[in-house]
Amino acid sequence: MTTHTLRSKRRRSALRTVAFLSPWLIGFGLFFAYPLISTVYFSFTRYDGFRPPVFNGLDNWTYVFSDYPMFWPALRNTLWLVLVMVTLRVIFGLGIGLLITKIKTGTGIFRTLFYLPYLAPPVAATLAFVFLLNPGTGPVNTMLEWVGLSPPTWFTDPDWSKPALTLLALWGVGDLMVIFMAALLDVPKEQYEAAELDGASAWQRFRFVTLPNISPIVLFAVVTGVIATMQYYTQPLVAAKVASGNMGGSGQLFEPGYPEKSTLTLPQIVYNAGFQRFDYGTAAVVALVLFALAMVFTALLMRRRGGLIQVGD
Amino acid sequence: MSIRTRKTAAALAATAAISLFASACTGSTETEANDDPNAETTLTLWHGWSAPSEVKAMKENVERFEAAHKNIKVKIVGNMTDDKINQALRAGGSSAPDVVSSFSTTSVGKFCSTGAFVDLNPFLKKSDIDPAKVFHKPLLDYTQFEGNQCSLPLLSDAYGLYYNKDAFKEAGITEPPKTWSEFDKVAKKLTKTKGDSYEQLGFMPNYHGYETTISHYAPQWSPTYFDADGKSNIAKDPAFRDMISYQKKLVDKLGGFPKLKKYRNTFGDEWGAKHPFHTGQVAMQMDGEWRLGMAKDAGVKFEIGTAPLPVPDDQIADYGKGYLSGTIMGIASTSKKQNAAWELVKYMTTDTDAVVAFSNGIRNVPSTIEALKSPDLKHDPSFQTFIDIAQHPKSNSSPANVDGGAYHLTLQDVGLRYESGKLTDLQSGLEKAAQQIDTDIAKLK
Repeated sequence: MTTHTLRSKRRRSALRTVAFLSPWLIGFGLFFAYPLISTVYFSFTRYDGFRPPVFNGLDNWTYVFSDYPMFWPALRNTLWLVLVMVTLRVIFGLGIGLLITKIKTGTGIFRTLFYLPYLAPPVAATLAFVFLLNPGTGPVNTMLEWVGLSPPTWFTDPDWSKPALTLLALWGVGDLMVIFMAALLDVPKEQYEAAELDGASAWQRFRFVTLPNISPIVLFAVVTGVIATMQYYTQPLVAAKVASGNMGGSGQLFEPGYPEKSTLTLPQIVYNAGFQRFDYGTAAVVALVLFALAMVFTALLMRRRGGLIQVGD
Repeated sequence: MSIRTRKTAAALAATAAISLFASACTGSTETEANDDPNAETTLTLWHGWSAPSEVKAMKENVERFEAAHKNIKVKIVGNMTDDKINQALRAGGSSAPDVVSSFSTTSVGKFCSTGAFVDLNPFLKKSDIDPAKVFHKPLLDYTQFEGNQCSLPLLSDAYGLYYNKDAFKEAGITEPPKTWSEFDKVAKKLTKTKGDSYEQLGFMPNYHGYETTISHYAPQWSPTYFDADGKSNIAKDPAFRDMISYQKKLVDKLGGFPKLKKYRNTFGDEWGAKHPFHTGQVAMQMDGEWRLGMAKDAGVKFEIGTAPLPVPDDQIADYGKGYLSGTIMGIASTSKKQNAAWELVKYMTTDTDAVVAFSNGIRNVPSTIEALKSPDLKHDPSFQTFIDIAQHPKSNSSPANVDGGAYHLTLQDVGLRYESGKLTDLQSGLEKAAQQIDTDIAKLK
């Protein structure tokens, strides 16, 4: 075989590979690489979406980190939600999953009951929660007052608005419950029997049999939970609008993150800066911060050693 | 060239190509109105009204226009939110609106400065219309930015005081308060406590009491938001400090912030039948002229009184003024039918009969000087209060700015922290807020 024929064969083979890869390459280029590169580019420009972008160096970056009053509260809130909400959702989802797998009768009813809230549209679910937790007329506070407790004012108190959102997230934990239930049912029964013969307690069986078996699922739940929380937008926005008494209809000025920016999240300020204030540069910087944070969290969680979960344990 | 260098060069070239592609995808602000306004054409009009009576009023207004302009048909699209409008103005295209009506006067600065709406000055000049002779000054203030008249007022809103006449009678109050010190006493007299809450509150002063925002209170002190250089004036103009201090004292007199906040949480929706003024939870309410129709539709059981909002004691001569705002109308810069679109904008915003008929249908205050005096206005006698506020020479509005309503929110944040007691040094809070407003505006210029 001549060198020329060999080269031609290799080229054809390479082209075939590229052709097979092309659907993915096009998707990757259009929906990931192009937007990412554009975002980086816009972060160095003054751009309002109407006039052509003008290069402005590090102005947007300086503004976001030094002068933008919404950035640091939004970052703090997002990190709070990632740490508290995701952790509690995983623990709660796992707990419900464990409980359901142990129940002997009425499993179907309980599964349905715990899964149904997950199907509620986020806006409707949030509206219902703001109503339930209304400090003036809500049934939750009325009951707490009946038993002599002094209830918080939930969505209208900056210290309680995020815990209230966390309660809402825990109510809709059906997705994790289903995943954990499937993983728990998949743990080999022999391992439990062997542990029991060795005299392992319930906690030891959970720690040394259940957890190692389901750790990839826990990792999946944490990683997807972190990413979803980074994109947390609808629930805090709706809660803030309803609780502030200002649905922000056309002509009304809505105060983002009510009360006192305590429900402001990074995706909200990306939208607010880019599409409401016509400041794409600022929005691009915040979006890149969000991207970097998601990468850092995922990398930390995926590390074999030292991460939250050790894959393959 | 080494393989590594070649790869780097290729990556740079790709990045540059994508960047150029990105910049090529941006909108244009070129507005060349060269269409024939007499040609057969169809315009697309977007507006935000959604209630059946409002949609009907808009339809009838457009039908009158079409009858007068046989060559122009108008496709009406209602219930359009600001976000949808912003998106369409950016994207353009065949489905995008030619003419847009928005409730957000705070967006005018953005619409003008970015070129989203075309400057109407050449059109006004061509039609020999002097806007200063057609509209009162406050309405021109919120429809233009730095001389660019990119929108015109389409009806207006005037803010005043609603009061429960039955509650007044019961409390032995014979007339609405004219000064803020009188207002204090009246509000206190009308307040009936019940346990740690209220049976009836005289007035909800909190900034989250629906329309009781700083931008609606402040006009009674005749404030100047920006100085001649365009810098924030909120720390220098005593009007802001006086207004915020007054509101805080009122909050304290009526029971304190936590108690009022808790009571506010029992209020129904601002736009529904369970509004606290309708239900009698509050005896007085700061609101726009639309509340009159809404309260009647809700079937309130008491007699409603209307009056201008009070003024500071030392400005009693200015009693009768109020905050003015309204709906705006402009032409999308992406429209290819700008001359025809101008015919529609001109008709709807400047034709006296059209404005009067539309005002009668929508139950908003007419926006032109002629329409305000028209004998054809068909309104409830209580509505006259708002017509008078709209014509008061000291009535005012907040100016359009490039940051939209962000400067209002920054100021309101000072007020919110001060009313709740979290901010004690008001002057320092105002100075920091002024700096923030200047920084935000500089960022967008």
